[in-house]
Amino acid sequence: MKMAKTIDWPSLRADFPILDQQVHGKPLIYFDNAATSQKPRAVIDALVHYYEHDNANVHRGIHELSNRATAGYEAARTRAARFINARNADEIIFTRGTTEGINLVASSWGAKNLKSGDVILLTEMEHHSNLVPWQLLAQRTGAKLAYVPVTGDEGLLDLSKLDSLLTKQVKLFAMVHISNSMGTVNPVADLCARARKLGITTLVDAAQSAGHCPVDVQAIGCDFLAFSGHKICGPTGIGVLWGRQELLDAMPPYQGGGEMILSVEYQKTEFKKAPHRFEAGTPDISGPIGLHAAMDYLDAIGRENIWKHDQELATYAYEKLAALKNIRLFGPKTGRAGLVSFLIKDVHAHDVVTLADQAGVALRGGHHCTQPLMHKLGVESTARASFYFYNTKAEVDRFVEVVKEIQKFFGQ
Amino acid sequence: MFEDLNDLYQQVILDHCKKPRNFHEMPQATCSAQGHNPLCGDRLQLFLALDGDTIKDISFVGSGCCISKASASLLTEFAKGKTKADVEKMFGQVHEMVTTGNVQGDVGKLAVFAGVYKFPARVKCAILSWHAVMAALKGDAKPVSTENEQT
Repeated sequence: MKMAKTIDWPSLRADFPILDQQVHGKPLIYFDNAATSQKPRAVIDALVHYYEHDNANVHRGIHELSNRATAGYEAARTRAARFINARNADEIIFTRGTTEGINLVASSWGAKNLKSGDVILLTEMEHHSNLVPWQLLAQRTGAKLAYVPVTGDEGLLDLSKLDSLLTKQVKLFAMVHISNSMGTVNPVADLCARARKLGITTLVDAAQSAGHCPVDVQAIGCDFLAFSGHKICGPTGIGVLWGRQELLDAMPPYQGGGEMILSVEYQKTEFKKAPHRFEAGTPDISGPIGLHAAMDYLDAIGRENIWKHDQELATYAYEKLAALKNIRLFGPKTGRAGLVSFLIKDVHAHDVVTLADQAGVALRGGHHCTQPLMHKLGVESTARASFYFYNTKAEVDRFVEVVKEIQKFFGQ
Repeated sequence: MFEDLNDLYQQVILDHCKKPRNFHEMPQATCSAQGHNPLCGDRLQLFLALDGDTIKDISFVGSGCCISKASASLLTEFAKGKTKADVEKMFGQVHEMVTTGNVQGDVGKLAVFAGVYKFPARVKCAILSWHAVMAALKGDAKPVSTENEQT
């Protein structure tokens, strides 16, 4: 473990031009980071530089601009491998985001490896992106879905049920690293180790973790891991799927087209190896270049430092909200990631979010793409404040004051 | 702190949200329809007792935000004793009002929703019960959704 260094957090905040504005006449407090993060100047500059100086199509180009674009695109792949400690860059596939990464595995690996009667094991706290692709695959193959239960408002996995759920029929165990609606941090390394002993392939949804804490695919011991660029200070429309080399090499293509072929005849095609086999057509080129800048930016701060900062803010917010009357809080009491999900008694989350917005506080209200979990908890929606390293305790203080004002507004 | 929200959360709306009127099931209903707002998860069910073209009684149950509950409550108050044609006409007026802010003709108490158009994300909440009542009058069995509502 690296020693935490002293970080000048306020000066980092100044790297984000968007944060310096007023909304409805009040200073913006951006607490919707679990939906998407804001972008530092370094990332915006990288995108502008690419389009102003280097823009060309990648691979196969002979001219200088194409060489530069290709070099930038492939350098981002190498950087992404280092970001999650992958053994080599060929294990990195660029996607549109976490959702596409999971769909790629479901379509390609799933279609080849699953058959009727097999079981796909998920958890009850999965985001729709790590649930619907498996439902579609189950419908196509006749496989069944099973779920590791969640304990209730505390949002922990009930691991006492795991042994009985890890049956011989289970071929894949897909799990979220950090729950976007509860803030739970799942023990993914332990879960993957237990699955591996039984020969079960594993996939980790790292959408909420990759930019917030150190993520090491070798330490986790999973087979696939997916994350999105836009939640980690990068552009929208770019994401990473990591897969173990031997699995990727054995998988059929996801989409067909240019870039992914060695040779094409009218009746048959020979495909490239991973990762290019899975990147048909002209890819998003500026996306990886922007993502590269984002990964450099985050690792210059140190994700272990970001994690500590996020957790401190979340704990602070949780304790301050817990001290109020008529508040229902979701997620674990300790060890939570940087977000707090809550409800004010008898006030719908959307009313909370509309009022908070008027006070300049950007929250999210709704089912957070975890409808089955919401149904299980007997709620339609929650309001959620999610933090990043540019947020401050003073912002949390202001947010809690706003929550109190909302309660007053509704006569509490 | 929330002065600018007075357009959205008028006292009448807050009152109907906390104490919705005609908020119960109706076993003797002659028609019924469900409304679902997938964005918010709002769900409500309207019950109508029709005598010819006249709505003799109307009620609703369900859950949702303040705006959608108050809208359904005020709709039931308006529609009781009215004809199908009255409700269809008012649907047009309410739709126009919550999407553009233009109030055409006399909309009575429903004028409290005239400020909703300034909050595009909340138009669906205000119009959900009106889509449901139109579906009930047409005899649509399928739940209506605000998914395709143009805002």
